[in-house]
Amino acid sequence: MSQPDFSHDGIRTARGTAFRYLFMLCALLSILTTVAIILTLLVDAVDFFAQVSLVEFLTGTRWSPTNEPTSFGVLPLISGTLAVTVGAAAVALPIGLLTAIYLSEYASERRRAYLKPALEVLAGVPTVVYGYFALVYVTPALDTFLPLSTFNTLSASIMVGIMIIPMVSSISEDAMSAVPDSLRQASYGLGATKFTVSTSVVVPAALSGIFSSFILALSRAIGETMIVAIAAGQTPRLVDVTDPAGLFLNSIQTMTAAMVQIGTGDLVGQGPAYKSLFAVGLTLFVITFVMNLISELVASRYREVYR
Amino acid sequence: MAADTRDAPADSGFGQVSRTKDIAFRLLALAATLVGIVSLAALLANVAVDAVGWLDWGFLTSPPHPDPYEAGFLPALIGSIAIMLVIALITFPVGVGAAVYLEEYASDGYLTRFIQLNIANLAGVPSVVYGLLGLGLFVGLLGFGYGTVLAAAFTVGLLILPIIIIAAQEAIRAVPDSQRQASYGMGATKWQTIRNVVLPRAMPGIMTGTILALGRAIGETAPLIMIAAPTTVFGMPNSLFSKVSAMPLQIYNWASYPQTEFQYGVVAAGVVTLLVVLLTINSIAIIIRNRYQQRT
Repeated sequence: MSQPDFSHDGIRTARGTAFRYLFMLCALLSILTTVAIILTLLVDAVDFFAQVSLVEFLTGTRWSPTNEPTSFGVLPLISGTLAVTVGAAAVALPIGLLTAIYLSEYASERRRAYLKPALEVLAGVPTVVYGYFALVYVTPALDTFLPLSTFNTLSASIMVGIMIIPMVSSISEDAMSAVPDSLRQASYGLGATKFTVSTSVVVPAALSGIFSSFILALSRAIGETMIVAIAAGQTPRLVDVTDPAGLFLNSIQTMTAAMVQIGTGDLVGQGPAYKSLFAVGLTLFVITFVMNLISELVASRYREVYR
Repeated sequence: MAADTRDAPADSGFGQVSRTKDIAFRLLALAATLVGIVSLAALLANVAVDAVGWLDWGFLTSPPHPDPYEAGFLPALIGSIAIMLVIALITFPVGVGAAVYLEEYASDGYLTRFIQLNIANLAGVPSVVYGLLGLGLFVGLLGFGYGTVLAAAFTVGLLILPIIIIAAQEAIRAVPDSQRQASYGMGATKWQTIRNVVLPRAMPGIMTGTILALGRAIGETAPLIMIAAPTTVFGMPNSLFSKVSAMPLQIYNWASYPQTEFQYGVVAAGVVTLLVVLLTINSIAIIIRNRYQQRT
């Protein structure tokens, strides 16, 4: 990466040094951004926790920031987020993994050349458009055979799932392509079919990359905002795991949708309702940051293995 | 041999290879690959049909209106373009600068690895959180004003900066090392090499990455909601401190209207307009990339 430094030859100019530091500043800006995110979230979240106890926030089972009596339990929002994430995972993980297997093991070079960009389009569609699709086309379509309410977890989950398919498929495919061909040849030499090679050799060998893609995709699903804000509604309630049908057919509220609701309201200033925006934001940031970090670390491990 | 048959699945044993299972799996994988593409195509077809009759010159050139037959998209369209231009001006130099530092100057130490990991992580921070950053930093601390062009551009700019840096790094890495060595051999300094050799060669790749990132920026909604950008404005932004709306915000607003004329007509027209703009932007990026590939 780095070039030999010819500075001792005396041809390094002051201008070159200036540019070096200027560019370094640009790179350090990314660290400043992270610091700024943490500080902005922390400053207002600390204010919030001065008015509402951390214990109440983390263990309370009712989220009602504006309606009296106000209550700031984040559990209904977290459980709503989990519900959407589980639904999206049920759509995206199997489809994404099969897609990766197809692209890496079965598809011809030509077919892959147009399937891959077509899949990437899925990630490029603005999420507000997906939210609209879920509300206006998917919900009415599912409503013909399921007792759905206008806002429901099912449509939102399906749409979030479709959106994150390319995240699973492209990273998993990279991991599968990195599996050395000798492993495949050895398996073929034993008389294995392509099915056996794919599922018993390639997938296990690429498992850490696949795992990393799953975590990253789930992190995206947790942080996805507009789809759930439009299609899943604004009904914060604690998820009842014994009644999955009631859960997926009805409206819930996720952390991100709650943030949008507060953000579009007329709340300003110092009240706990407005400050709760930052407390929820901090919770969301911590969860997704940890997941992204795990995904990155797992991915960098498998990169080492086959190099 | 006995150990082999015990370890391997039954269908991989000699003489009993299951072609049926193989073919079934192949079709299953192909079907899975097509699920996302086909459902998106179906939804796009639906929205295109619904937009017919609503997406006309009047829609594109008039301001929003409570009557669906009068409603227009112009302020949101201009708002999106204004925000995008400012974003491009802010993020392009910073993104390229950071990429040049990481690829050409930085040594392979802990700091570089830390910066790199940090950039990868920033790319995965939910956009709604960037909205809170914008609210706290640009609206609160620096006083850019609620929902102004400048606040929106800085907020979404920071959001797409990691994408631009990563794309620019790949473009710079793709410049062959022999060209740098040739430049050094001619007695050029590091900065001269970067300016005259590396950047011109990497520029098409950097441009492609930046334009694709701008396409991403144009669809962002949540950060704009967080910095209190209005979901509907009736006038054009005329300064960096004007309150500004954007296409996705206007669509979000319309989608909450109960009338079917809005749900299946006006919003569909807005969605098609947004997607056409997005498609145009992405095509420009692809054209640049193809030109470049043909030349080398």
